[in-house]
Amino acid sequence: MKKMKAGRLSKTTKNDLITYGMVILAYIIVQIFVATGHVSSLIQGLLVPFCTYAIVAIALNLTVGILGELSLGHAGFMCVGAFTSAVFSLAFKQTMPGGPRFFIALLIGAATAALVGFLVGIPVLRLKGDYLAIVTLAFGEIIKNIINALYLGVDGNGLHFTMKDALSLNLAEDGVVLIKGAQGVTGTPNDSNFTVGVILILVTLFIVLNFIHSRTGRAVMAIRDNRIAAESIGINVTKYKLIAFTLSASLAGVAGVLYAHNLSTLNALPKNFGYNMSILILVFVVLGGIGNIRGSIIAAVLLTLLPEVLRGLSDYRMLIYAIVLIAMMIFNWSPNAIFFRKRMRQRLTGGGKSEKEEA
Amino acid sequence: MALLETKNLGISFGGLRAVNEFDISVEKGQLYGLIGPNGAGKTTIFNLLTGVYRPDEGAILLDGVNLTGRKTIEICKAGIARTFQNIRLFGDLPVLDNVKAGLHNHYPYSTFEGIFRLPRYFRTEREMNEKAMELLKVFGLEEYAEHKAKNLPYGQQRKLEIARAMATAPKLLLLDEPAAGMNPNETKELMDTIRFVRDHFDMTILLIEHDMKLVSGICEKLTVLNFGEVLTQGDTQTVLNDPKVIKAYLGE
Amino acid sequence: MSFAAHLINGISLGSVYALIALGYTMVYGIAKMLNFAHGDVIMIGGYAVFVGVSNLGMNPLAAIVISMAVCTVLGVTIERVAYRPLRGASPLAVLITAIGVSYLLQNIALLVFGSDTKAFTNVVTLPNLELFDGQLVIKSVTIVTVIVSVIIMIGLTLFVRKTKIGRAMTAVSEDKDAARLMGINVNGTIAVTFAIGSSLAAIAGVLLCSAYPSLTPYTGSMPGIKAFVAAVFGGIGSIPGAFIGGILLGVIENLSKAYISSQLSDAIVFSILIVVLLVKPTGLLGKQIQEKV
Repeated sequence: MKKMKAGRLSKTTKNDLITYGMVILAYIIVQIFVATGHVSSLIQGLLVPFCTYAIVAIALNLTVGILGELSLGHAGFMCVGAFTSAVFSLAFKQTMPGGPRFFIALLIGAATAALVGFLVGIPVLRLKGDYLAIVTLAFGEIIKNIINALYLGVDGNGLHFTMKDALSLNLAEDGVVLIKGAQGVTGTPNDSNFTVGVILILVTLFIVLNFIHSRTGRAVMAIRDNRIAAESIGINVTKYKLIAFTLSASLAGVAGVLYAHNLSTLNALPKNFGYNMSILILVFVVLGGIGNIRGSIIAAVLLTLLPEVLRGLSDYRMLIYAIVLIAMMIFNWSPNAIFFRKRMRQRLTGGGKSEKEEA
Repeated sequence: MALLETKNLGISFGGLRAVNEFDISVEKGQLYGLIGPNGAGKTTIFNLLTGVYRPDEGAILLDGVNLTGRKTIEICKAGIARTFQNIRLFGDLPVLDNVKAGLHNHYPYSTFEGIFRLPRYFRTEREMNEKAMELLKVFGLEEYAEHKAKNLPYGQQRKLEIARAMATAPKLLLLDEPAAGMNPNETKELMDTIRFVRDHFDMTILLIEHDMKLVSGICEKLTVLNFGEVLTQGDTQTVLNDPKVIKAYLGE
Repeated sequence: MSFAAHLINGISLGSVYALIALGYTMVYGIAKMLNFAHGDVIMIGGYAVFVGVSNLGMNPLAAIVISMAVCTVLGVTIERVAYRPLRGASPLAVLITAIGVSYLLQNIALLVFGSDTKAFTNVVTLPNLELFDGQLVIKSVTIVTVIVSVIIMIGLTLFVRKTKIGRAMTAVSEDKDAARLMGINVNGTIAVTFAIGSSLAAIAGVLLCSAYPSLTPYTGSMPGIKAFVAAVFGGIGSIPGAFIGGILLGVIENLSKAYISSQLSDAIVFSILIVVLLVKPTGLLGKQIQEKV
């Protein structure tokens, strides 16, 4: 029995270590290529976005794969993290050194996204399936909408905000406008880079993987697999759903912080924080494998890279992207395709892997 | 004093009276059977006892504590555990983790401690593993510890559900048709397991069952339910030979 | 008077949402899938009429009929090629595939028609209705849209209740396997559902573009989402629910644009959806289903 336990621990630990190793290895390879000048400026510009999308994909996988609920609003949490942290960094741009400033910005982004996730989660998590999906989508759109209409300024008297225009802020002489409605935040310091991004991926992985293998994670997955049974053995369904959802929102906020500090101008557009983005993140999660954290990272990077690689095909690239997406979904998920693959595998391995080994 | 006592329990769905004036008294250590034709309201009573439904009237007492109207998780903490007619396991979790989930409230550590792997995480997880393996051994499931629960054979799944319920350290165990879908050999094995659980853990068990061989083989007392009401109750043999019961099962 | 005008505009917009939502709800009710590409079928329907009327100089009515045919074929093809292989797979997989189809349609339109906005010619050439000595003008397209959506809503309800194929649809929506055992052609029934939903999308496309005469490859996207919200609002799967949800959504959107803030109108619409779902988790006319223990 002792031996089995040791085997069990090392099995999940080994799997986790492979994931960490993969990220670190990718980082080293990229750094070597960058140092030897083999990376085009186009790809260099994509390095931080890779990290951003990988983090938000991991965050969403926590909701979709581990909690088992469909969220179409994660871009909204990203948006909250991005804007709160950008406002902070802008306000302290002159008065604080970059390192600590970014660290505090990170905490602020994660905390506010967590708070919003918690407040959204309380009503939303009572709903089921498609209804939950549409309500999270609605919340994401509301967040984006409000930020687009928001003006925020600071002067000697403190913070001012309004939904009208910059003038209505009534700022004093020394005042600075931080958020200019639809024009967003301009002049955020560029505190993030690829190294920071990779570190944040590793931190996210650490939190999520350890969460999954903890008592709390087990309770969350128990609820996912069978809510009624989980309740019958004394697991507080609402509490654990909220913990997982809040953590997931908070990590999406971290991705937002990374995103905001990679751009000098931050706008809440349908493209970056609208439901289209939430859907794109969901595509990463589903293609990478629901509940498969490593897969989320790989899918996020590949699917961000794909349109850029296809750039040479200009107008056809998004068309090809769409066809690849559909084809991959059918290949991965169609019952016939699954049956076909199983049979091929059996033929290749010379007959019979049993069901149990498959799991 | 009886371990479980219900007084005048009743519930309606819409206009339908599903359970009416239901009284039962289960002594500590007893193996008690709840039988009756399909649709008599047996599972509804389990759902009332475990807080899935709230009774319209009546009271539920466990060890003298009034549990009427409490929530499922509170009732679990108070000491009632159950299995389900249609098996409800955590299918994608390993067998071991199914049992560990049952240990959830007895081996606490915080989410923070879990994420940052503080000493209590390691200590508690080790204790949980030991306790869970111990339970799996009781049910002969230890070799399946690593398998996903949904890949277990049917009979083993039923046993795992009992093991998971036992992990919550209940005072009273409710089994909802534990032998459903089993062949005679499996049923026989199950009867041994149930008896063993009762003796080994000094457990009180209330079970719903259609398999009369199982009922007459292990139950000491029976309550027969018909159309939501108690038809008769008493010693197993007396009840089973009661013409009223035979009529309820076979019709006129 | 201005309130009445805003209200009427809201009803007009709402009728378009209602038409799209009817398509959503039919497909959801029967195939149990969120067809995210539905909004883009509308866009294709719009382009079909545009090409017919502006490029080929066709009679608008003929163009509409052709557009309906195009969309029907398109809808059935999408179902056959992309969705049917995934029957029985996780709903999430079907959802992502539908998103892929949505991208595909948008990019086909982008390649064929370019990204520039096409000025759509209003196909409703009837005179406008003027009330109170011209103080309140109701556009003819508004009247036509409302009438068409009411007729379609009633027609669909009767179709589902009274015809053999409609009852087959109900059966498939309740339980696919049982329906198959009863000798119902499940795949065929779902295909018919897509055909109906898509031909409705064509009509919705024409009316949408007539009321808001600009057409781009992304025209269908936001109305599609809004109509989906409307369908959920009214109780997804319910035909009258989709209609009521659509009208309410259009009215709320227009009134909040007029009286509160045009920037926040979407936020208001979505907030009301959330409130409704929290009070009534399956929408206004949705069926409450409780899990059996």
